[in-house]
Amino acid sequence: MSGFIIATVIKAIVVLAIISALAGFGTYIERKILAFIQRRLGPMHVGPYGILQIAADGIKLFTKEDFIPSGANRLIFKIAPLITAATAFIALAAVPLLPEFHLFGITVRPIVADLNIGLLFVIAMMGVGLYGPLLAGMAQENKWGIIGSARTAIQFLSYEVVTGLSLLAPIMLVGSLSLIDFNNYQAGGIANWIVWKQPLAFILFLISGFAETNRTPFDLLENEAEIIAGYATEYSGMRWGMFFIGEYANMITIGFLASLVFLGGFNPLWIIPGAIAIVLKVSFFFFLMLWVRSAWPHIRPDQLMWLCWKVLMPLAVINILITGLVA
Amino acid sequence: MEAIAFYTFSILITGLFLVTVFSRNILYAMSSLAAGMVLISGLFFIMRADFLGAVQLVVYSGAIMALYAFGMMFFDATRDVKEKNSSASSVFLLSGISAVILVAIFAAPAIGEHIKPLVTAAKGLDNTQAIGEILFTKYLIPFEVAAVMLLVAMVAGIVLASKKMDQSLSEIYQDADPENELKEQK
Repeated sequence: MSGFIIATVIKAIVVLAIISALAGFGTYIERKILAFIQRRLGPMHVGPYGILQIAADGIKLFTKEDFIPSGANRLIFKIAPLITAATAFIALAAVPLLPEFHLFGITVRPIVADLNIGLLFVIAMMGVGLYGPLLAGMAQENKWGIIGSARTAIQFLSYEVVTGLSLLAPIMLVGSLSLIDFNNYQAGGIANWIVWKQPLAFILFLISGFAETNRTPFDLLENEAEIIAGYATEYSGMRWGMFFIGEYANMITIGFLASLVFLGGFNPLWIIPGAIAIVLKVSFFFFLMLWVRSAWPHIRPDQLMWLCWKVLMPLAVINILITGLVA
Repeated sequence: MEAIAFYTFSILITGLFLVTVFSRNILYAMSSLAAGMVLISGLFFIMRADFLGAVQLVVYSGAIMALYAFGMMFFDATRDVKEKNSSASSVFLLSGISAVILVAIFAAPAIGEHIKPLVTAAKGLDNTQAIGEILFTKYLIPFEVAAVMLLVAMVAGIVLASKKMDQSLSEIYQDADPENELKEQK
């Protein structure tokens, strides 16, 4: 029992450290890829190819003045960024990150909590993550913040429906909510990937994943062109950094979910071992999010709602119906 | 181990819901209610009812509380509410009586005869499958009736909300009384 507790604590710390470091590295990658697509250079001055820009940004974030506006509700204002970061990492706890491997003679299973309802838990925890932006917007005495949190509520609630319904069809195929069962179902090569059986569900999940992680065609919560920075208007320094870490952790989680549920997970791919295969897949989804950001403009809130309720949700329901009839 | 977890969760849940009841600040009340809802799912997880725990997270914390919050956005959430209490004693008495009755309703079966499961889950099924099987065999009719009720509520909601939905609000006001509009402009 105590061995189990120690192992879980170590896994949690390792996941926390790696993913927060990746979130910092992600900002550099994002700026470099955006610059590449838009034919600019991006960060170049700090270190070779601007690689030390991460350190410069980190120092700037940590040393900025910690500022709470006088009209704000201080306690909730302080808690809100923690909610975003914490729920993002808790969601990651139920995701099997890599295949089993051996270290010093011990079999390590790289999943912090192996729940038999893993998929549902991840979706639920990402749904609870909406309290971060929501409370942040309401706690600060700022109209942009209120608009940001109103948009949080409608966007996250609406797209949670599409995420759930689009994942229901693969769940019906596999007959389990455990992400490890999903992975094992797709063992044996590219032909067994669920994406060939459920192409529509895959596209719907990706679109709603963009909305749930607040990425660019759907980043209406903090759309700079319209509402300053939305829910994050009054935040600066490390509190704002927490929102950012949460957002990047959620992007990575969506990448893992898409690879595990639709693209074969951590099964070995041709000559590529499983661990590298899943890292490549998640990197591809991360790149895809940046690619879409540079290629598409923001959409209006009414277009967002139209897309969700009049296009995506009916398609998801029809997809479930067809899956039910065929399978 | 489970006892420690249970008491931790119960103390936290009770404390948070007390904050909800006694706080004069909408934001505190709302946040503590949401946090309590999240922690209730912990009780389900302790009892190995993983599916119900996740459903509690999705439905109560994810959806219902977020809609409350959406309603609260029309008020200034950072200010304290001034409560209008015409008679404190009658409020105290009524709420006390209803609290005692509620506790009695839920405690009575536990004290009178120990709760026995009406249906024993088939062995070899995990939590989710067991719930599905009971819902679609023994409790099929109540389940379907609940689904139809939700459908009725949804249709009613759409009918109530959809009046003049394809017109923009500013156009409606302009069409309704152009004289008022003119007066305001003057």
